[in-house]
Amino acid sequence: MAGHTNSEGEKQQVENETADGDVVTLAHGAGGEAMRTLVDDLVVPRFTDADRTAEADGAGVGLAALDDGAVHPIGDGSQAIVVTTDSHVVTPRFFPGGDIGRLAVAGTVNDLAVMGATEPLTLTCSFVLEEGTPIADVERVVESMRETAREAGAAISTGDTKVMGNGEVDGIVINTAGVAHVEADDAVTDAGLRPGDAVVVSGTMGDHGIALLAEREGFDFTGDLKSDVAPVNDLVRAAMDAGEVTAMKDPTRGGLANALNEMADKAGVGIDVVEGDIPVSGAIASAGEVLGIDPFAVANEGKVVFGVDPDDAEAVLEAIRDCPGGEEVTIVGHATEDHPGRVVVDTGFGRRYMSEPEGETLPRIC
Amino acid sequence: MSEETLQFRNPEQAEQLADRLEALMVEVDGPVNLMHVCGSHEQAIAKFGLRSMLPDGLSLRMGPGCPVCVTNMPEVDEAVAVANQGAIVATYGDMFRVPGTKQSLADARADGADVEIVYSASEAVELAEENPDEEVVFFATGFETTAAPTAAILVDDPPENFWVLSAHKYVPPAMEVVAEMPDTDIDGFLAAGHAATITGYGLFEPFVEEYEIPVVVGGFEPIDVMLGIERLLEYISEDVAGLENAYPRCVTREGNRAALETMWSVFEKTSGEWRGIAEIPGANLALREEYADYDARERFDVEPETGGPDPLTEQCVCGDIMAGKADPDECDLFGEECTPGNPVGACMVSSEGTCKIWHEYGGHPDL
Repeated sequence: MAGHTNSEGEKQQVENETADGDVVTLAHGAGGEAMRTLVDDLVVPRFTDADRTAEADGAGVGLAALDDGAVHPIGDGSQAIVVTTDSHVVTPRFFPGGDIGRLAVAGTVNDLAVMGATEPLTLTCSFVLEEGTPIADVERVVESMRETAREAGAAISTGDTKVMGNGEVDGIVINTAGVAHVEADDAVTDAGLRPGDAVVVSGTMGDHGIALLAEREGFDFTGDLKSDVAPVNDLVRAAMDAGEVTAMKDPTRGGLANALNEMADKAGVGIDVVEGDIPVSGAIASAGEVLGIDPFAVANEGKVVFGVDPDDAEAVLEAIRDCPGGEEVTIVGHATEDHPGRVVVDTGFGRRYMSEPEGETLPRIC
Repeated sequence: MSEETLQFRNPEQAEQLADRLEALMVEVDGPVNLMHVCGSHEQAIAKFGLRSMLPDGLSLRMGPGCPVCVTNMPEVDEAVAVANQGAIVATYGDMFRVPGTKQSLADARADGADVEIVYSASEAVELAEENPDEEVVFFATGFETTAAPTAAILVDDPPENFWVLSAHKYVPPAMEVVAEMPDTDIDGFLAAGHAATITGYGLFEPFVEEYEIPVVVGGFEPIDVMLGIERLLEYISEDVAGLENAYPRCVTREGNRAALETMWSVFEKTSGEWRGIAEIPGANLALREEYADYDARERFDVEPETGGPDPLTEQCVCGDIMAGKADPDECDLFGEECTPGNPVGACMVSSEGTCKIWHEYGGHPDL
């Protein structure tokens, strides 16, 4: 279910109230424990009752897997349909390197891609617009969506528009869903990591999250802080054609730390990474230090984390390196039988855990 | 990252220092407990995995060095009360989710109060300037490093719709309290480099003399921390209570005199409860009489009726952790009932808090 993986800095607008009077807080929208409890306890059991598609008959990927999308086998089971959806609210709506429209299209294309579905059949687009939003902004966002969809080879073929009163919604909210067709054997989940697999990241970490935080807080860092928001379906296709990809995830909200922990947890393996091998741009590293924000714990919007059969790792690396956005692809570590479910970092000094970030990303006091 | 920074992140140099620590521990011939008094030190130690490089018998403990963690629950209640009276409350990100007896500021915001996160006191003033028809209260927390900027704002004629709710704290008296605790067996203090940039390292001279315990002021890069530990072990192996500045690129003996003068012109030391530790004389910073016009405690009703604290907090051992008497994973709540997403104690909230840091990096995992 991709709807729970919207990006760093985006706000959850749910207004549920539980029986004991608790209310939704921003922490519920920040990933981690609070969101997991909300989704696991409140949503999943109710929706999986009616989920006739997937895990029930042992094939496909359903809601309970909480992967980036669902895989629905069709016909004789050799083919499958992949479906995903995401809502996007981001401040500011235009940021260095992209905008909410590009984020909406790339986010959905990428959620399909990391399920192994690199050729989207169609996307949907629903707008919720706040009264008073400049038409010029809407036009700019729609144009950006058109360009990004064209870049990804996707079509946007259905949608909806609603307008709400001033203050009732934050500017522009976009929901996108994506549908793709795959050979069932081609589908890849985030749970397939095996001990010994190489863990590969397609490029520098933390670009989107740190660039957005810096922009939002009005920090004027020297150096080029830009979001990496981009469709990655071509890059994923190149990787899958070059070798055996055992697991995939796009490290959006919660960043690399969240992606690796989920992959380790779901596969029941440990992951060892070498901090010095994880690519981070100089500008992002410096800005992260100043803000007190870990580049591994914030969103990327144009990157992929792969589990790769070790024999195929070099071939996959070479294939990704030839793709736009894949120039800095690196093997950052490997899966292991030790410490199942946990990610251990060799810092160059000692070893420590890399845990899943929890709660909102807040700057430190001093 | 700059060349200068990288030079303090040289693993080979750290390895050499680790060998030196090993040798010094042989000379000392017994267990050594060192205390650092700063969340940023704990961050560096855990983030770079330094504990896994330390020799057996050398224990690094975190003292009362996280300003968020030592902020008392009733102080959070005061800020929540102000927010619920309709003022815009501006505060540092770390404070946002710290539980009060009934609510955190995050809870208050979810209920409709206007709570804004700022990076600096001057940003809180900007908020007041941008909202001239609103009352803006800066819930001011932190030690000397943030108290001095708060003071600088107040001497510079802030707008009339701006008030300060001071929960600022002053570290040195807390170190004395910890040093005097009978069941806290500390052999040396690694003092916080950034607080010392303001106060100067000379401030610790009377402390070293009175408690006959070595103090080394240290920076926050991995080599700084390793060097600080090495200097402390040197003193301990020689049985000398010395004072040393191992962070000379930032810290002087006198400190920042202008900042200190401004700070003491605005604030005076009062007695106050440090969460979970003790009532500490002279360790809270209150606004002086001359600045009463900007004092949120004068302007607002900050004594709301509050309920009893969450019963779980009775089991929370944050106080013992900050006094160096317990490690986070010795707390029954750690990682179970108390997580960063659902914190019971303040130590699990702030990125400067020991429990949060241990939850994130694993403290000293057996790896």
